[in-house]
Amino acid sequence: MSSELPAAGALPAVSPARVLAGLSLLVPIVAMLWVPSYTKTAPELGGIPFFYWYQLLWVPVSAVFTGAAYLLIRRDEAARRAASTAFALPAQSEGGELS
Amino acid sequence: MKHVDWTALTVFLLFFAVVTVMGFLASRWRRADDAQHLHEWGLGGRSFGTWITWFLLGGDLYTAYTFIAVPAAIYATGAAGFFAVPYTIIAYPLVFLFLPRLWSVSRVHGYVTPADFVRGRYGSRGLSLAVALTGILATMPYVALQLVGIQAVLDTLGVGGSGNWFMKDLPLFLAFGVLAAYTYSSGLRAPALIAFVKDTLIYVVIIVAVIYLPMKLGGYGHIFDTAAQKFSTVNPDTGKPIGSLVVGPAGQWTYATLAFGSALALFMYPHSVTGVLASKSRNTVRRNMAIMPAYSLMLGLLALLGFMAIAAGVGKGVKGYNAQLAVPQLFADMFPSWFTGVAFAAIGIGALVPAAIMSIAAANLFTRNVYKDFLKPDATAADETRVAKIASLLVKVGALAFVLVMDKQAAINLQLLGGLWILQTAVSLVAGLFTRWFHRWALLAGWAVGMVYGTWVAYGISSKATKHFGGNSSQIPVIGKIGYIGLTAFVLNLAVAVVLTLLLRALKAPEGADETSPADYSAEAGDESVERAPQPVVAH
Repeated sequence: MSSELPAAGALPAVSPARVLAGLSLLVPIVAMLWVPSYTKTAPELGGIPFFYWYQLLWVPVSAVFTGAAYLLIRRDEAARRAASTAFALPAQSEGGELS
Repeated sequence: MKHVDWTALTVFLLFFAVVTVMGFLASRWRRADDAQHLHEWGLGGRSFGTWITWFLLGGDLYTAYTFIAVPAAIYATGAAGFFAVPYTIIAYPLVFLFLPRLWSVSRVHGYVTPADFVRGRYGSRGLSLAVALTGILATMPYVALQLVGIQAVLDTLGVGGSGNWFMKDLPLFLAFGVLAAYTYSSGLRAPALIAFVKDTLIYVVIIVAVIYLPMKLGGYGHIFDTAAQKFSTVNPDTGKPIGSLVVGPAGQWTYATLAFGSALALFMYPHSVTGVLASKSRNTVRRNMAIMPAYSLMLGLLALLGFMAIAAGVGKGVKGYNAQLAVPQLFADMFPSWFTGVAFAAIGIGALVPAAIMSIAAANLFTRNVYKDFLKPDATAADETRVAKIASLLVKVGALAFVLVMDKQAAINLQLLGGLWILQTAVSLVAGLFTRWFHRWALLAGWAVGMVYGTWVAYGISSKATKHFGGNSSQIPVIGKIGYIGLTAFVLNLAVAVVLTLLLRALKAPEGADETSPADYSAEAGDESVERAPQPVVAH
């Protein structure tokens, strides 16, 4: 059985970086599922109805949010690694359960 | 009526020849020492960095059929077909949460397929078999549709399509013979290398198309006005307009559930997982989730070509015009011949890359989760590679037979069903990456309920083109809105899995062994566990 308990000395499962990253990932999903907010033709942009250019605009915007989540998680993971090697010395590596 | 555009055909064949040579040379590219091992042939040695993975995944997920079908849907109905854009926007943030965990655990334990993980996590060959067979079943019609994509291009070029059945499909035989040969010899390295050419061509064609075509068609304003006019025509059968520029109130649930369900299903497909597992590190996977939207942008622009086809008068006044031909026809009508050749090469090669990866993924599933688990448990690594190579040929022959013997509509129906089916593996796979709470038998029961419910509801939908399986949305029980059947089936699947897990736990049913440990799910390249365990623990 593997409940996802953090190893001794590791950071707690919920950290500010993880929460922020989660929110960054949630924003584009919510924006796109909220169809009533964008299913209209006006205002047009260069002749393209709102419905189309708004969703196209969200493509790069979603990439920015996902990129932010990546940077946050990378920092968080580095901190976790540092914490677990500092506190749980060699004997407590991932071994043992592999076979 | 057929006339062959020789300039376009020559350019098309030239590109085709180039990628064929690349496909065969690919076996020497980044070659590793243990060429006999399945992860060499089937996962490119798990060595691909950020950019190769980006090209590979882009080449893999955005298929030729997508390039034909998305604008075709827009051409036929307007806004409803645009759900492909929110779908690919939602997909990457969604999978960002669990794909890195799948990469890590697969890397530590040497899993090659998603079903490998399910077996290791739940200690259940039955559940693993269900996931593997669903994957193979969902992938086969998808490979067949890539052939449909090539066929559309060849038709428009004026080759094939006449004479007896053999002459008619000869170009298709040749294209797939070549594809089968280099996939067999080079494995995943072939599509990875060819993806560079495919994606570059696609980007060039789309950028040129969205700038050049509106200039020739009187601007975007005029294009959308013409489209609005077409969509306001009333369909005599239903008494409603044939399409719309925005999604009406009745269609909003459909739009959102299709986008969400498809996004969740995308990385359940075996060929997507293959692309992810072939990358060399956990952070390579994450970085790609942030840069993949470049392809979604291209897909969105491509979708607009459906409107341009309307404005250009493609298929106007032709009764029962095949919307699938709208974009190839638009290119042929509007571009100079040589550039039509480039555009068609982009679509043609765009079919070869995913077809290769899909057949490799299906072959991996068969080899690991049917052959090795059930038929020959003591198979060596070399046996696995040999069987996978042969299986990849069979998958392609099967797809070819499919297209030739059954009609195209059957392939389209089955591909729609494939998305619904593959979504039913999501509970086992995604939940399993975070918790071992679910009971393996409950997951199997949930999967079965989802599959049966979804197929049964889809069977009851008829459309003008087909009596059964004529659509992907239906009324959602309880909520009462029209929504994506696959997602409804998924929710039902999840509910069954939760209830039965509670029951089975109360009865203390045997849970099966879990060979993974919590640390495996966050392992990164360079970690001790990764360095130590490149091979599957089921030793040979």
